[in-house]
Amino acid sequence: MKNMKEFSLIGHNMVPQHILIPENEVNKVLKEYGVDKEQLPKIKLADPVIVEIGAEIGDVIKVIRNSPTAGEAVVYRLVIE
Amino acid sequence: MSAVPKKIKEIQFGLISPKEFRKMSVTRVITADTYDDDGFPIEMGLMDPKMGVIDPGLRCKTCGGRAGECPGHFGHVELIAPVVHVGFAKLIRKILRATCRDCGALLLDSNQKKQYLEQIRMLRKIGQPIEDITNEAFKEARKPKTCQYCGARQLDVKVEKPSTYVEKDGTHEHKLMASDIRSRFEKISNDDIEVMGMDPSKARPEWTIMTVLPVPPVTMRPSITLESGQRSEDDLTHKLVDIIRINQRFQENREAGAPQLIIEDLWELLQYHVTTFIDNAVSGVPPARHRSGRPLKTLSQRLKGKEGRFRGSLSGKRVNFSARTVISPDPNLSISEVGVPLSMAMELSIPVNVTKRNLEEVREFIKRGPDNHPGANYVIRDDNRRLKVTDKNCEELAETLELGWKVDRQLKNGDIILFNRQPSLHRMSIMAHEVKVLPHKTFRLNPAVCPPYNADFDGDEMNMHVLQTEEARAEAKMLIHVQENILSPRFGGPIIGGIHDHISGMYMLTKGDNRVDKNDFLEMLRKSRITEIVEPAGEEDGKPYWTGKNVFSQILPDGLNMTYKALLCENCDTCKKEDCNRDAYVTIRDGQLLSGTIDEKAVGAFKGLILDRIVKDYTPAVALQFIDDMTRLAIRSIMHFGFSFGINDEDIPDEASAQISELLEEAEMRVMDFIIAFNEENLEPLPGRTVAETLELRIMQELGKARDATGEIAGKYLGLDNTAVIMAVSGARGSMLNLTQMAGCVGQQAVRGERIRRGYAGRTLSNFNHGDLGAAAHGFVKSSYKKGLSPTEYFFHAIGGREGLVDTAVRTSQSGYLQRRLVNALQDLEVQYDGTVRDTRGMVVQFKYGEDGVDPMKSDYSRPQTIRRIIEDVIGKEVE
Ligand SMILES: [Mg+2]
Ligand SMILES: [Zn+2]
Ligand SMILES: [Zn+2]
Ligand SMILES: [Zn+2]
Repeated sequence: MKNMKEFSLIGHNMVPQHILIPENEVNKVLKEYGVDKEQLPKIKLADPVIVEIGAEIGDVIKVIRNSPTAGEAVVYRLVIE
Repeated sequence: MSAVPKKIKEIQFGLISPKEFRKMSVTRVITADTYDDDGFPIEMGLMDPKMGVIDPGLRCKTCGGRAGECPGHFGHVELIAPVVHVGFAKLIRKILRATCRDCGALLLDSNQKKQYLEQIRMLRKIGQPIEDITNEAFKEARKPKTCQYCGARQLDVKVEKPSTYVEKDGTHEHKLMASDIRSRFEKISNDDIEVMGMDPSKARPEWTIMTVLPVPPVTMRPSITLESGQRSEDDLTHKLVDIIRINQRFQENREAGAPQLIIEDLWELLQYHVTTFIDNAVSGVPPARHRSGRPLKTLSQRLKGKEGRFRGSLSGKRVNFSARTVISPDPNLSISEVGVPLSMAMELSIPVNVTKRNLEEVREFIKRGPDNHPGANYVIRDDNRRLKVTDKNCEELAETLELGWKVDRQLKNGDIILFNRQPSLHRMSIMAHEVKVLPHKTFRLNPAVCPPYNADFDGDEMNMHVLQTEEARAEAKMLIHVQENILSPRFGGPIIGGIHDHISGMYMLTKGDNRVDKNDFLEMLRKSRITEIVEPAGEEDGKPYWTGKNVFSQILPDGLNMTYKALLCENCDTCKKEDCNRDAYVTIRDGQLLSGTIDEKAVGAFKGLILDRIVKDYTPAVALQFIDDMTRLAIRSIMHFGFSFGINDEDIPDEASAQISELLEEAEMRVMDFIIAFNEENLEPLPGRTVAETLELRIMQELGKARDATGEIAGKYLGLDNTAVIMAVSGARGSMLNLTQMAGCVGQQAVRGERIRRGYAGRTLSNFNHGDLGAAAHGFVKSSYKKGLSPTEYFFHAIGGREGLVDTAVRTSQSGYLQRRLVNALQDLEVQYDGTVRDTRGMVVQFKYGEDGVDPMKSDYSRPQTIRRIIEDVIGKEVE
């Protein structure tokens, strides 16, 4: 483990884009879908990408991945313990 | 926080103590009698009204509820002597063997106990099963010969039948009475009980020996009054009567000081009755029987098995307005129709509300009576009284019919019903059809709807459900009508379409330039919607003629344009397009078939491109009409040309046979060469393989090639006119491999992808030499099915065939369970109006269905090419 090289996950082509979105945008998303924060899909605080972008419990992450049929697929995830 | 449904955190199972039994009991039952001479239930009898009521009019003496309102209440019987509960016979045995016969201590030293306890507590905390630990504890505790605590010598405990325990001391045997066992269990300490995996506050071991028997409420064992006025009691009541009688006799005998032998006999009898009351199918215990000889259905028989409470009453129930019978084909029906036997149509009914508009119509049904289809079976007046329509009262009922009444009208042509075949693995397993009442006793359906149901006619049965409300009928018509399900959401193509003869028929009609005269033209299209004769294609001998392609074009919708390569295309290096020598280049312009042959790729279920185009570019109704026309045309056409198949069609000329044998001999020679090279250690191994593996691969490869070559020879001599060849190339049924095996050579038999090696030591059968590596000794079948197999070949073929059967059996059970798990996990997910997928708590599972919001049914075989297709259609040429 000691000699392993550290590298950033962000930008790796197998890792979709994770964006920490600000409070006002979170509210916009929640309103758009008519849901509470708890009804969003979840992502663990211990998830390597979350560790790297430094999000905290209760934050909402926007995940953008490429889709062969839809171009881009967006998912919002609530950071949990 | 949103309103999230509550979760069950845990379920606690335990034993009920005698104290609790008495507490929950509303009465002690002391007499085996049920009713007195006036027909009233006897107090403290088995039918005591404190335990609930079943007779209408009476009230429960405990809760005051009437029959139907009162759920029933338990009573109890005080057993004169304790008896073993059969359900715990095994546990009792384990505990007897693990505890001291004197002081009741668990026969483990305190360190071991501590260790096991720690492990159990840890596993409990993380929610893992503790059985492994407790089983080990029981095993260890069985070992000591003397008690670590009081020094008492331990004896072997033997079990006889289900619930008799015998202590063995050398040759001396001593029977343990239930009371002995009970008092021994009473001595076990709470800590020891925990090590045995039980919770002493919820389940003490002595509670597995019953001293009090709960009497189930009357409501779960109602008596039936027969027509003769005689009462017939439930099986459970019968059993309780036995128990109470023996209990009484036991008491009398004991009080009278009867000899020990008699007491023991009675005790055993009591044990027998309590055992069979709980479970009447214990091995080693003769089942208790009714006077007629029928075994009684007692407690566990009510729950267990297919017809038990769980599988029979909770997971599945019988429903009204349904019917089931064998299915058979009728190509003259529409795919949206189903032929219903007349006798079923007269039994099944649809409720009709009588209104001003339909009064006369409904009156007519009633007038016809119940035996004159389509009639009516019942009339429901506005006071909800249900009157049966009979031959005698039908005229009178029709006259008195009033607005607001309801009439149960018999099923008639055009009614919409649901049709289903199990296993219902996808949504097309239940579709809405229109009724067509027909004579005879089977359901009739168009063979083109067999694929979605996965039905055939080798004895399959199907179910029909008659919809009872307007809403249900409207919903069925709009959502699950056959025409709405031509496309499958599984792959975005048609799942309903031509099969077997439909494809052979279309193929023979459209291949090349068949010519038909006016009579045949009319005959073939007679059953379709076509009403006009088009201009003939030309004249021959002064008579007009039409081509097969003309005939097919008649049923294509106007404006259809398509270009594609048919199934029989050989993928030539340079396609000759319209001039293809196999007529495989299909072009359709404005609904006219200009070139190419119609085969499975055009109109077949799963693959039919023309079908697919029509459903997606026109309407489901047009597609339904097309399938109906196509299947009827195909059947007429196959009848026109004639089509038959027998094993003699696989006869090949002697020269072909000679070629085949020569070819196979050469292959065998090459195999021998490989073997010689192998034995002389000259065989070059393939990369990553041993020499032996290489030899096997080489032989398999060589023999595989040889078999295919025989197929080619056979195919060449059979020609494209051979009916089996027609079926294979058009995709109707069978393959060239089947033909090869029939006419050429069956080929290598394999087990797990390898040549057959099992059997005797060093050889497969005793008539081969040890270590023979040749083709024949390891399952190569040189003969064809037509020629017949030699005895050894036959044997190897059976081995290979068995593997196929086992594979399918295993696969279906595995995929069935896989499917069940998926369905259980996904069944509550729903696509909402905003396009999100959510569960019942409103939790978002997907923000857009499938990430792209595409309905897989309407996608083109799930490939993102719809836009390209539209552009191609508009500009008229291919785009990249
Ligand atoms: Mg079948
Ligand atoms: Zn009651
Ligand atoms: Zn002891
Ligand atoms: Zn071609």
